[in-house]
Amino acid sequence: MNPRKIVVVGAGHAGGTFVALLRREGYDGQIALVGAEEHAPYHRPPLSKSFGTSGTGRDEKVKWIYDPGYYQSQGIELHLRESVTAIDRDRRHVVLTGGGVLDYDLLVLATGAEPRRLNLPGEGLDGIHTLRDLADAERLEEAILSGAPLAIVGGGYIGLEVAAAARAQGVDVTVIEREDRLLARVASPALSGLLSEHHRASGTRILTGAQTVGYVCDSGRVGGVRLADDTVVPCGTVLVGAGAVPRQALAEQAGLECGNGITVDARCRTNDKSILAIGDVTNRPVDGLEIMDGRMRVESIPSAVDQARHAVDLILGRPAQDHEVPWFWSDQFDLKIKIAGIVHGDYETVQRGDPAGGGFALYHLRDGRLVAAETVNAPKDFMASKRMLSSRCPVEAAALRDPATDLKVLIAA
Amino acid sequence: MPTITYVLPDGTEQQMDVPCGQSVMDGSVRNNLPGIVAECGGSCSCATCHVFLEHAPEGAFDDAMTEETDLVEFLDDAAPNSRLSCQLIVSEACEGARVRVSTSNG
Ligand SMILES: Cc1cc2nc3c(=O)[nH]c(=O)nc-3n(C[C@H](O)[C@H](O)[C@H](O)COP(=O)(O)OP(=O)(O)OC[C@H]3O[C@@H](n4cnc5c(N)ncnc54)[C@H](O)[C@@H]3O)c2cc1C
Ligand code: FES
Repeated sequence: MNPRKIVVVGAGHAGGTFVALLRREGYDGQIALVGAEEHAPYHRPPLSKSFGTSGTGRDEKVKWIYDPGYYQSQGIELHLRESVTAIDRDRRHVVLTGGGVLDYDLLVLATGAEPRRLNLPGEGLDGIHTLRDLADAERLEEAILSGAPLAIVGGGYIGLEVAAAARAQGVDVTVIEREDRLLARVASPALSGLLSEHHRASGTRILTGAQTVGYVCDSGRVGGVRLADDTVVPCGTVLVGAGAVPRQALAEQAGLECGNGITVDARCRTNDKSILAIGDVTNRPVDGLEIMDGRMRVESIPSAVDQARHAVDLILGRPAQDHEVPWFWSDQFDLKIKIAGIVHGDYETVQRGDPAGGGFALYHLRDGRLVAAETVNAPKDFMASKRMLSSRCPVEAAALRDPATDLKVLIAA
Repeated sequence: MPTITYVLPDGTEQQMDVPCGQSVMDGSVRNNLPGIVAECGGSCSCATCHVFLEHAPEGAFDDAMTEETDLVEFLDDAAPNSRLSCQLIVSEACEGARVRVSTSNG
């Protein structure tokens, strides 16, 4: 692979990290980064974690991944406020919104994901929000600071972070979850339970097993969320946080292999040798994952960075490195939640520490090895569990359970 | 603006003027210096911004909080002068500080 013209579609965390790394590692050909948003790449995690806190100007609020001026200084062409509308694989170019084209030797798709739409009656009413980008966050922040009661449809990480941040502003919050527990698809029942208690104790109402069927209009804007049992949760603002779907339409139209996400291998290759894909849009192999044929979409910054790094190595003709252990973090109230590995399948859970005070960790084991660990205010456990996952070392439940056991001894095993 | 010296993984040195109020991590990442990854953007979560504080003028940086020392303790190459660079906030007192960037930030 010796491309001279690389085009990247999507100026998010994956795309931004990729172009910077590629240049830094010595690639001297052309790079064009095309992004639909008006901003250079920025960190999305802060968007759901606090409202009404830091500075007033946008520059103080936005956490850039690299200074916006950085790209130009590195000879990276930045096409902001422009979308790629089609890929022509035969001619090897992409078509931009205005009709312009960009030729490529190598194309990198980093189009990310977008909030899932539920297509419910009343969804278009004023006051109903989703949260993916800065513009969404600015609108949501204004709504939250107005003090109107907030209903959050979907008890996933983003919904719970917003719930915590809104409670901190004194806003009345109801979380409406269809499943019988929060974080049903991503967290263990034990962590779900502990977090629910925490949210309830902070004054958030949590409705589980509650199916949202539509929105009620009040004076031309949203006034409530209607549930399947016909009750209405009154509110002035709604956040729909029902997960995200990959932005893969471009890839599908171009005939690339897609499932839930663009199908890529461990080195980010699609089924077209001139096209790579990275970030939230990809369906990637995950080491140690024993379900779904060992692949999934991993929607997290560490995964996006890991793939950017692998794509750069591939392009520069370097051997593949090990993949980083998948991990994720979430901040809710004063809880710093960090999860190493993917919680899946059957497992035995070992708890270390005490949820009632200080930090604690839930280690999930299968066949004498760690599958995943969920840690709350427990950075040592988080670091140790990442090490256990990368070395795949045997872990004894009894030793782990014993508070006297030194984690360092366990990871050395 | 204080000048901070970064000793990069390949042994070369770079000097950066870092605005007060930003972190030593910011000064590296914003300019795309190699070695500091900073996946979490500075929230003391990821430990991919590990540096060794080789020289710091008296009172230049605050001591590490427990969260930071707990993360650092489990890094392979942890040393007594290990710090997470996102927790090193730059002020005028930092002029001339020098950090060596860990080679294993991933
Ligand atoms: C509110 C929120 C909080 C989060 N918190 C955390 C967290 O705490 N920890 C964590 O690890 N992860 C978190 N994440 C997930 C993390 O932000 C994503 O995993 C990461 O942003 C993925 O990067 P990406 O580049 O694949 O996608 P994105 O960052 O979404 O970027 C994709 C970009 O591509 C652009 N684009 C799409 N299609 C086109 C097109 N056709 N033409 C041009 N441009 C296009 C989009 O406009 C977008 O800017 C959070 C996400 C959100 C939304
Ligand atoms: S940037 Fe993540 S801990 Fe410093």
